[in-house]
Formats: sequence, structure tokens, C-alpha cells
Amino acid sequence: MATIMMREAIRQAMQEEMERDENVLLMGEEVAQYNGAYKVSQGLLDTFGPERVIDTPISEEGFTGMGIGAAMAGLRPIVEWMTFNFSLMAIDQVINNAAKNLYMSGGQMRSPIVFRGPNGPAEYLASQHSQALQSLYAHVPGLKIAAPSTPYDAKGLLKSAIRDDNPVLFLEAEMMYSWKGEVPEQEYLVPLGKADIKRQGTDVSLVSYSKPVRMVLQAAEELAGEGIDAEVVDLRSIRPLDEFTLYNSVRKTNRCVVVDEAWPFASVGSHVGWLVSRNCFDYLDAPVELVSSEDVPMPYNHKLELAAQPSVEKIVRAVKSVLYR
Amino acid sequence: MAEKMLMLALSPTMEEGTIISWSKKEGDTVAAGDIVCEVETDKATMDYESLQAGTILKILVQEGNSARVEQAIAIVGESGENIDDLLKEITKAASEPAVGETSGGETAVRETAPGADVAREAAPAAAAARETAPGANIAGETTPAAAVREPAGKERLKASPLARNMAAEAGIDLSVLNGSGPDGRIVKQDVETVMEHGVPFRSAPGISSTAGTAAVERGTAFGSGSATGIVEEHIPVSRKRAVIARRLAESKFSAPHYYLGLSVLIDNVLESRDRLNSRRAKGEEPKLSLNAFLIKMTAEAIKRHPIVNAGWEESEIHVFGSVDIGLAVALEDGLITPIVRNCGAKGIIQIDRELRELIRKAKSGKLTPEEYTGATFSISNLGSYGIEEFTAIINPPASAILAVGTAVKQPKELEDGSIKFHNTMKITLSCDHRVIDGAVGAEFLRTLKAVIEDPLNALL
Repeated sequence: MATIMMREAIRQAMQEEMERDENVLLMGEEVAQYNGAYKVSQGLLDTFGPERVIDTPISEEGFTGMGIGAAMAGLRPIVEWMTFNFSLMAIDQVINNAAKNLYMSGGQMRSPIVFRGPNGPAEYLASQHSQALQSLYAHVPGLKIAAPSTPYDAKGLLKSAIRDDNPVLFLEAEMMYSWKGEVPEQEYLVPLGKADIKRQGTDVSLVSYSKPVRMVLQAAEELAGEGIDAEVVDLRSIRPLDEFTLYNSVRKTNRCVVVDEAWPFASVGSHVGWLVSRNCFDYLDAPVELVSSEDVPMPYNHKLELAAQPSVEKIVRAVKSVLYR
Repeated sequence: MAEKMLMLALSPTMEEGTIISWSKKEGDTVAAGDIVCEVETDKATMDYESLQAGTILKILVQEGNSARVEQAIAIVGESGENIDDLLKEITKAASEPAVGETSGGETAVRETAPGADVAREAAPAAAAARETAPGANIAGETTPAAAVREPAGKERLKASPLARNMAAEAGIDLSVLNGSGPDGRIVKQDVETVMEHGVPFRSAPGISSTAGTAAVERGTAFGSGSATGIVEEHIPVSRKRAVIARRLAESKFSAPHYYLGLSVLIDNVLESRDRLNSRRAKGEEPKLSLNAFLIKMTAEAIKRHPIVNAGWEESEIHVFGSVDIGLAVALEDGLITPIVRNCGAKGIIQIDRELRELIRKAKSGKLTPEEYTGATFSISNLGSYGIEEFTAIINPPASAILAVGTAVKQPKELEDGSIKFHNTMKITLSCDHRVIDGAVGAEFLRTLKAVIEDPLNALL
């Protein structure tokens, strides 16, 4: 198996799907001639030409709406947002058109479209460009959301997302693009709505998705050194959510810490925490803990920026609290 | 501006008062501090000193009548003032259903129909009572009034849902545990500790009672200077202990027990067991237990005397179809009798296998009720304690129980004058005379002896 970077895994997924289906196209700011702001679409313009790899103006609402229209007309666009922070311009198109077409047309109109780009904080980008906005979209019925944490999952999930007949938001992260991982040469898919146990354990279930999974695995290693055997559940998809794997894990370990880099209020993490409390109540030995970002705009000061986000230390502390240690 | 003169709470517990006499009449002027009337409260008769100044325009509650606290008893204002609106308001308030009344039972605290003002006060009081009631079960049994009088007599028991489930399954009374979690919450580890080591002293967290029978309270909780000072320990009765006590007392006091004992030679049984065990491949299942043999042989004897496999049901005797034999198993905190079903139709190996599983579950508190209720016959074996013979109490609905003693070597003189030692064992049958008459019990025991001494008899 080849070891490749996340950006390369995402590019492979797009390239393979564009080769497989001529209706698949990529559009967004700087995706063509510049090869992508984060070099994710490197070489795609050369391979597929300007009709299928399209540079757009700096106008998120315009090109997002155009993508949704193209999807309604039968194409399968991939819309790249340079960051999810910019998707706020386009959120009306996503929520009021993409998410509702199928329902409001009585099943006659589909929106097979993928919206992808980096989400969540990177570094030194201050309040407006350091936001994890997935819960805004997770709130809305009609949208699917994939949130991989490894190159393998990213490639398999993105291919599934492109083939899905529903609008799928695909969460990447600037910090993750250079993360490396093994990806098989032969074709494979990772289905939407299937969580993955990234580490088996017996004492506590650490539930996360996307970028924080790596930090959660580090915390699990640190905990192992203290004799605490943590299981790490990578949700991989936020919608649909693999409740089966989630509950099975918590029913085994009797304790749950959810790690989500978004804010705590009305977040994916807080919702998962409620689901676990509701559905594993009789199996819980402690209240479900949530490790999230602090409930503040992201500070620019780097020390404060780090302090505002989940950390290995915060996760370890939360695990100890549910273990009464 | 005319205003209401209200009945005041003249004692802390007063809810209503009766006006014995008015010392002012309509048209009189009053100053703050003037005595306007005499009120009989729940405790005494007291003077009502006015808090208001002005002219008494209207007396609303006449002498001899009572008023609830906060109810208007008079109207005070300027002479000649129009009080029609105020009177309407007062009349309306009195005729409207009280706020508290709509919430049903809670206002039953108030015995008589309350005035609107008072009822508004009663409702929160009842709500407060609900909150201070010490936990759902207890709240259901306590009237709000009682809860108000004795708020939070017992602290709410805090336990994680998992700990509650584990304790319920193991039959452990949570209220005797010390919680090691925040705010005394009982968590998984606390229940596990108890399952392993018995219940810790409540007043001394962390110390385990190896006797492990039940919680032990001592010291300050009961006061060393009280009349019960000679009681060394107060051991709360666990649910399991209560069930054992009730069932055994019921059996012993209602079933007329009689006992038949005899000695059986067990050389053949021991020899057969050795032979079977040596035949089993090494590392296979553990060795067959003597109890499995006893259960099988007893079942064979019961098949030949079906009335022994029966129960007294007052108007009729139930003869059971299946021979379901329970074996008394001692636990740290009592005993339990797991049952091997339909022993007559099973071989020794199967019985042994089932028995081992049942005992394992019994020791870990995992038996389900179906696995320990409804034995049609029971066996209690204290041989491993060196007990030579004893009598056992019948375990209903069965009508008989076999008490098995330890194996003893007995010398026997042979015809040629030499002496040979035999392994023998005393067995004692307890019978319920309502079902099994002496001769029937004796016949059964004789068959059992024959089968044990020569297992071939079971094939006849």
C-alpha cells in the first residue's frame, strides 16, 4: 500500500470519479489554473480540461447556486469552498435549495452534489477564519456530512459522496492535508454512515470525528500509560450517524467522552452526548463528558488560540473524571 | 384610597383565625398599632394590631367567623370613600377557584375550602414538598403535608444507572453502600467491590467486611448512650436475607416435618465415579461431582415413588411431571438453590455440566429466577464441612429434602473373621407429612439406598 498525504487521497478520489463518470466536475476558487489553494486539485485541469475543472469568481453564493443548478440538471458537481468560513455566503443555497429540492419536488429533483473544503481552525487565522461550522449544516435535514480523519477514509468517503444522489458536505482541514496514511492501490469505497473503531479499548469510549481524532488517539496512548484502556470511535460520518457502533462501544465501556473541536452549544458533540445519555442510560457509570472548543471567538494570540481548543490534556482530564480518578 | 385589611399570621403555623370580637366598628378611625380585633389562632387568642391607619369602612368577617391568612377581614380608607370596586374585587376573588385547587391532591393539605389568596400560597408549598421528598419511591408514599413537616429526612441515594442495574441484578441493596463518586455517587466500582469482598462498613468508608453478610452500622448512628447500648451491631436485613427468612419460616411452621435417616454404602458410587473420571481425556471437562451422582440417583428413586415429587396446595396435592432437583448452594450472604430440570431424563454427565454452570452463576449472582424457583425436590449436602448427619428444612413447593452427610469409613466384619472398611454416608430425608406419609417416605429412602449402594438397581 502506498503512503500518501490526505490532499493526494482527496485528489485521487476526485480523479477516479471524474474518469468513471463524465458528469462529475470540479468548480471553485483557484481550483483549476492555480491547482487549488491547498494543491488538492493538482493536475486536474491538465487531465480533464477547463469544461470540467472550472475556476469561479470570488462569489460563493453564485457558484454554489450554480453547482446546485447543475446537479438538478443531471451533472454531479464537486464544489470546493476555499474554507467553510466562506460557505457562510452560500449557506442559503445549501440549506434552502440543495437540502430541500428532493423533498419539495416530491422526489422528482435530486441534488447529487458535494461541497468540500477545509473546516475548523488551523493556526494564526483569527476569529473569522478559524471556525468549525459543521453543526450549522448538521442541523438541517436533507444534508449528508462526511468527516474523515485519515487519507484512507477521506478517499473512500469522498468517492461514496460523489456517487451519492444527495447533497453531501465533505469536511477537510487545512492541518490534515499533509497528514500521511496508507491507501490501497486498488479501488475501494468507505460507505457514508459507518463509524470506525480506530482503537479497541474497554474502559472508556472516546468519540470524535475529523481532525481531533488524531489528538484523541494520542490521548488514548497517554492514558494507556496510566493503565486506562480507551476505545476510540471515529464517527467518520455525522449524517447519517452510525448510532449502532456508537452505542455498542459505550455499552461495552460504560463511559463516554465526546471530543468535538466546534463550540459546545448545540454542536454535533453535544447532540452525540445527548444520544448516548438517552440510549445508553442504563449502561452509563458516569455522565457523558464533552470536550469542545471554549465558547469564545477564536483568539489571535497563539497561546490563547491553543488554549481555546481541545487538547490531549483536556481529553485526559475528562476521561479521568468519567472514571472517577 | 381604600385598602383591604388582611388576616395576618399571628403564629408561625397559623393558617386561619377566628375573630372572637371586634373592638372597632364600621366608621371608627384606627391608627397603626391600634387593636382592632381579637383573633383565635391555632395556638392562642391574640390581639390584632392594625398596620394601617384610616377609617374602617366595612367589616367583612363578622365575630365568630374565621378567615384564612391573607384573606380580607375589613376595608380601611377615608370616610365617605366609594368602595364598590374593591368590594367587587374581593367578592370575585373569593368565588374564583383557587390556583392550588386545580392541581388536585396537593391542596388536600388544606382541609377547608381556601380563599384565593391563601390557595396561591398553598400551591408553591405543595410544590416545595414535592421537591424535598427524599426520592421517587418515598415521595409516592409520603403526603406532601408530612414532607413539609419533615423535609428531607433521608438523603437522596445517588448511583450511576449502571451501578443501579448491577446491584439489582446481584440483589445488593444500594442503600447500604458507600459511593466513591462525586457527592457520594455509587458507581460501578463500588458495586464490584461489594460483589468481591462483601459490604463495607457504612460509617467507615474503604473498610471491607470479609464476613460480607450485610451492611453493619455502628457507633454514632445509633448513639452509644441509648437504651440499645448492649447491641453490638445492627445488621440491616438485606432483601435476600428477608426472602430466606420468610420462606424457611413459612415452610418450617406450616409443613409438619418428620425425618428419616439411614446409612448408605457408597463404595460403588465412588468407584464408579473414579472409573468415569479416569476415562475422560485429560484437559477435558472437570471431574464429575458426587452431587451429580446423588441427583441422578435420587431422580431414579423418585421415578419409582412419584408422590415424593409433589407439593401441598391446600385443596389438592400437585404431583409434578418433571423431577426438578434443587441443590442448596452456600453464598457469602445467604444461600440459593439452583435447579437441574428434568433430572429423570438426563444422564450424570449432563447433570454435572448443568450443575457446574448453575453453581458458577449462583456464586456470581447471575441466576435468573427461573433457575432457582420451583424445585420439586431438594438436596442439601454439608459433607464437605465434615458434617456427619443433619436435618434440612423443606424448600417449597417441594415436599421433601435430602440432607447428605460426609463420607465416613466404617469397619465391617466379614464371614472369615477379617475386617474390611467401607465408605458410608448418612442421608436424612425431611418430609412434609401432609403429602408423604412415614411409610411412603421410608419406601422411597429404601429405594434410594438400594440405587446408591448398587447403581444397577436403577436399571431394573
